[in-house]
Amino acid sequence: MKWRAIPLSAWIGIVGLAIAIFCAVFAPLIAPYGEREVVGDIWLPMGGDFVLGTDNLGRDLLSRLIYGAQTTIFVALAATVLSFSLGVMLSFTAAVVGGWTDQGLSRINDLMMSIPTLIFALIVLAVLPQELWILILVMAVLDSTRVFRLGRAVAVDVTVMEFVEAARLRGEGRMWIIFREILPNTLSPLLAEFGLRFAFAVLFLSTLSFLGLGIQPPEADWGGIVKDNKDGIIFGIPAALIPGAAIAGLAICVNLVVDWLLKRTSSLKGGRGDG
Amino acid sequence: MVQESGPAGTGRAPQGSLAAGLSGPSPANDSGAPSGRGGGLAALRRRMPLATLLAQRLGLSLLLLWAVSVVVFLGIEALPGDFAQTYLGQSATPQAVANIRAELGLDQPALSRYLEWLGGVAQGDFGKSWASGNSVTEQIGLRLGNTLFLAFWAALVSVPLAVGLGMLAVHFRDRWPDRLINVVSLGAISLPEFFVGYILILFVAVQGGWVTFPSTVYAGMSFGQRLEAIILPCATLVLVVLAHMMRMTRAAIISVMSSPYIETAELKGLDTLRIIARHAAPNAVAPIITVVALNLAYLVVGVVVVEVVFVYPGMGQYMVDAVTVRDMPVVQACGLIFASVYILLNMTADILGILTNPRLRHPR
Repeated sequence: MKWRAIPLSAWIGIVGLAIAIFCAVFAPLIAPYGEREVVGDIWLPMGGDFVLGTDNLGRDLLSRLIYGAQTTIFVALAATVLSFSLGVMLSFTAAVVGGWTDQGLSRINDLMMSIPTLIFALIVLAVLPQELWILILVMAVLDSTRVFRLGRAVAVDVTVMEFVEAARLRGEGRMWIIFREILPNTLSPLLAEFGLRFAFAVLFLSTLSFLGLGIQPPEADWGGIVKDNKDGIIFGIPAALIPGAAIAGLAICVNLVVDWLLKRTSSLKGGRGDG
Repeated sequence: MVQESGPAGTGRAPQGSLAAGLSGPSPANDSGAPSGRGGGLAALRRRMPLATLLAQRLGLSLLLLWAVSVVVFLGIEALPGDFAQTYLGQSATPQAVANIRAELGLDQPALSRYLEWLGGVAQGDFGKSWASGNSVTEQIGLRLGNTLFLAFWAALVSVPLAVGLGMLAVHFRDRWPDRLINVVSLGAISLPEFFVGYILILFVAVQGGWVTFPSTVYAGMSFGQRLEAIILPCATLVLVVLAHMMRMTRAAIISVMSSPYIETAELKGLDTLRIIARHAAPNAVAPIITVVALNLAYLVVGVVVVEVVFVYPGMGQYMVDAVTVRDMPVVQACGLIFASVYILLNMTADILGILTNPRLRHPR
């Protein structure tokens, strides 16, 4: 791969992602103040000691934002990885085994997808206790339905290929067929989908936190910071917009990278790649 | 298939699955089709292909609605976590928990409560709210209209705009208007609803002072006043849905325009207008309608967040409030209604898709 072949838009995406991940990993080192430390008056304007001002309790907004990057990215990533493992395993099993297993899994998936994700999450979260691992699990299970759909569609195309049949005839087990024959051949669409699902997970987590059902205070996360500072909007204080911009920025960066990846793979195949 | 899995392709997936569900060998799908009369279903399918397809699709939706009601009620029961316990908090005494359970009827077996609930729902009775003791149906009656009012106006603005912009993008394909629309819409897809909402509030309502915030509507407001109140939430919804809808419209038209028979028409020397009107349009209508209906379904969900942002008294706000205090009858009622609207819109999309697809009108 040549560095020069990467278009400008993809560079913007890569740099943005790098900054966000850097903030997430080294949050305690680069944040000027503590996550829960009250350092000044409430809603101080930008500039001076506090680069982005302070929030509704007088905490440094920049520090909250950096710690928020850690929480948001970690939770979204965990949910996406989990949803992918689940979705890919089940969808490949459905595609390889076929028959009633396939029918059963696909119909259950259809049922899950017939309820909007946010509504489903609201119903489920109304019952379950508010804990972080439960939140990640709920996000992962709901999201895995989308992965299942794509995974099954892609895997069904591959399972009918000669090399899979050859593997079957030589007596390879189901696990071998899934991991050694199908997975390598479906990796590029799944990788692009992973990026999209991650961007969606960030948005979804932020939405849940904004509604007060995601990550609970005083832990900082981007959606939660918006919720904390939303009352300031009426007084013309833009503190709630800054984490909102961070969420949007991260999602845009992921989309830019995914767009480039998709274009690259579709031009490799030499089709009418318009999708 | 692989190439369609791009950002624009993801939203179109549900149609494919439902089509797969129709052609698949699942006996339950046929429940809605009138059978009997001579050769049975196969003969009927040969004689009236369209009607059979539609009946199947209707039956599937009814089945789905019922299944959703099971999930919303019994599925929730199966989850770990006791309503009464979470309702009272960790420090509640066992006696208090037992009292609450008896008071809410939770000591009855789940199946009989489900049947009772379903019977009530069928008659339009969603039970009583645990938090306030008020009738849920009454509250929903007040709020559903508000939500539909908001969604209706958002749809009325966004659908023509999205289809128009999508066509514009195809017309100027790969030139600067298309690129501009592409970049802007890619950005817009990534914006969370509340971010768009608060930007509008800050710049239009607070600093501009052109409209009022919060967007409360109440009984006794005139039609004009109501319209004025929903300008900002409506604009937010339009912005959120527009980009998605437009990208999908563009992809749908391009996929039709790049098919071989259009190329043939071009090579034959037909003029562009004739190609679009006679050859492309009949096949592009179905995907565009699907796109529109799917996004209307999305609108119904987007409404939840937008209502919270703008403190608009609708169903979304009601549901979120109920979730925070774990008021299950309200959550279940709202969940069921939102899911039903979503399913109905998806069904409408499929049915319109079947009706407008010239290939399905004639049996093979």
